[in-house]
Amino acid sequence: MSDTSKNITPPVIEIGIVGWMRKNLFSTWYNTILTLIGLYFIYLIIPPLFSWIFFDATFSGTTRDDCTSSGACWVFIKQNMKLIIYGLYPSDELWRVNIAYFLLTVSIIYLLIPNLKYKGFVGVFLLLIFPIICIFLFSGGLGLENVETRLWGGLFLTLVIAGVGIVLSLPIGIMLALGRRSKLPVVSLLSTIFIEIWRGVPLITVLFMASNMFPLFMPEGVNFDKLIRALIGVMFFSAAYLAEVVRGGLQAMPKGQYEASQAAGLTYWKMMVLIILPQSLKIVIPAIIGSFIALFKDTTLVLIIGLFDFLGIIQFVGTNPDWLGFSHEGYVFAAAIFWVFCFGMSRYSQRLEKKLDTGN
Amino acid sequence: MNNIKNAILGLLCSVLMLPAAYAGTLDTVKEQGFFNCGVSQGVPGFSNPDENGNWSGIDVDVCRAVSAAIFGDADKVKYVPLTAKERFTALQAGEIDVLSRNTTWTLSRDAQIGLEFAGVNFYDGQGFMVRKDSGITSAMELDSASVCTNLGTTTELNMADFFRANSMAYEPVVFEKADEVVNAYDEGRCDTYTTDKSGLAAQRTKLADPDAHVVLPETISKEPLGPVVREGDGDWADVVRWSLNAMIEAEEFGLTNSNVKTTCAITSNPVVARLCGKEGGTGAGLNLGDSWSYDIVSLVGNYGDVYEKHVGENTPVGLARAGSPNASYKNGGVLYAPPAR
Repeated sequence: MSDTSKNITPPVIEIGIVGWMRKNLFSTWYNTILTLIGLYFIYLIIPPLFSWIFFDATFSGTTRDDCTSSGACWVFIKQNMKLIIYGLYPSDELWRVNIAYFLLTVSIIYLLIPNLKYKGFVGVFLLLIFPIICIFLFSGGLGLENVETRLWGGLFLTLVIAGVGIVLSLPIGIMLALGRRSKLPVVSLLSTIFIEIWRGVPLITVLFMASNMFPLFMPEGVNFDKLIRALIGVMFFSAAYLAEVVRGGLQAMPKGQYEASQAAGLTYWKMMVLIILPQSLKIVIPAIIGSFIALFKDTTLVLIIGLFDFLGIIQFVGTNPDWLGFSHEGYVFAAAIFWVFCFGMSRYSQRLEKKLDTGN
Repeated sequence: MNNIKNAILGLLCSVLMLPAAYAGTLDTVKEQGFFNCGVSQGVPGFSNPDENGNWSGIDVDVCRAVSAAIFGDADKVKYVPLTAKERFTALQAGEIDVLSRNTTWTLSRDAQIGLEFAGVNFYDGQGFMVRKDSGITSAMELDSASVCTNLGTTTELNMADFFRANSMAYEPVVFEKADEVVNAYDEGRCDTYTTDKSGLAAQRTKLADPDAHVVLPETISKEPLGPVVREGDGDWADVVRWSLNAMIEAEEFGLTNSNVKTTCAITSNPVVARLCGKEGGTGAGLNLGDSWSYDIVSLVGNYGDVYEKHVGENTPVGLARAGSPNASYKNGGVLYAPPAR
């Protein structure tokens, strides 16, 4: 008797897809109604969207006359791809940007593959040596022709601004956070003032000041590069926010950690670098990545100071009289690319959290 | 209160601009081998990119003409895209030498903020767009029409003035944003759509069937757009002003981009000969070579060439020149250049 009862399978409506749907979608009468309304909205939105983006869209061709279907005209993106990726960078010098794209992609892929050796070296290369290579590659020097920053643009410029912002704002942010918690009144006061001023103004204002007011205060002939002005603005702005995120992590550390380190005879810097920061930074990884994602999206604001970032260049190529009226395609494409980058960062943050999780 | 504000602003401006008003832009430009030209961030037909990332448009061609006049090469220009807000600062701070960015010439701009307008390269102004099948060919036929436009702009006031001055009835249909206005017009909620003509032309391409619509020739407000230079450098202003004038005069005397070589070889007309640089003397006053105007026409074109290439009827922008103020004075427009002699 006990043998037969073991072998009876559960009723079909309790397992598999049917069971899952009964449990999650149709468990009560109001859940059923909500499910049906949800399905109706999906039906309303998804099929037309997909047919616009894929099924009715035009992918091949070279001019707007090739776009005769009712769907999206991706020819617009295809024909302007060079501008969208490199901005107005001179055609003969594109290999320099390509090298940087290549090095960046290879390093990131290397860092993402689990259990490879020398990851530390690759990380150091990416954070310290790669930026220096990029400076020479992009702007010239060492025998390379000088390319002015006004020609930089597109996805390339977005990555430069976001990259510089991310790489430089984290160390500055950590220093500011430590400064604000310092027992030395001058350091603490200065850090607090710095953080509160930069956090208190919108990024648009910072960029606007950097671009419009700053030149008026400089003597004639001294033209500080507009991109550098914007980069410094973005960097300090992001650093101020990161400082508060890191300070949150520092405050979350139990007092015992500080006391134990001091009892072990560690100096202030040793205590911070070896004991406190590794633990507190780990706690605030989600918030730090959140700041980075916000920074990445904020780079689009440089449009208001006349720099063509990824979104800006898409709007810009749309003003070519041959390609007027394709703004929908441009915005959808921009949204898709931004989503890929931001989602990538978000996934990486989750991986990092799991990897560094020590269970306490 | 307002006086005090103006006084402080004026003082601030004069202090800030003291270093900016230095002499000899032309010498500096000749020495460094290029000049900086402030353009827009993309206005179709005026300053926009082509697929290769080169700037083109009628505003861009003003800078190319200046470059041709100085260097005998139209491409010694570095283009600096500027927002509407930062354009004047950039000029005053010396980041750019010429501002050619569909900028309206007004008294307050000319007088107050240390700018000097070097001429007009496009007479913009408010116009009307209608459906071709409506059969309307003139704004005077718009009696009792419904008119789509933007809320609370000077456009709305100009429209009211126009209809009242011509004692015609109309029904305004106003919206907050430009895109809403275009959609409403496209859906047939009004008979006509009014805004600045260059804007109308650009918006037209967003319609479901752009070819079914036409911009009427009348212009009901004044928006003269032209290149701007820093105040206090007359020599440089002259070069820019006369580069533009040479383009206009070349057209008046039938000297075009395509015929300039042959015409200059055989001409006996003294005015044309001067434009061709054969008589000599015109360049010296501007500190330029004698072939400056020949170079402009052969490398960039006369005003008509440039207009038809970028904003004319055969371009996607599609602004008809005949009947508009941008026609030469010989054809009933207001485009008139002082003689280059």
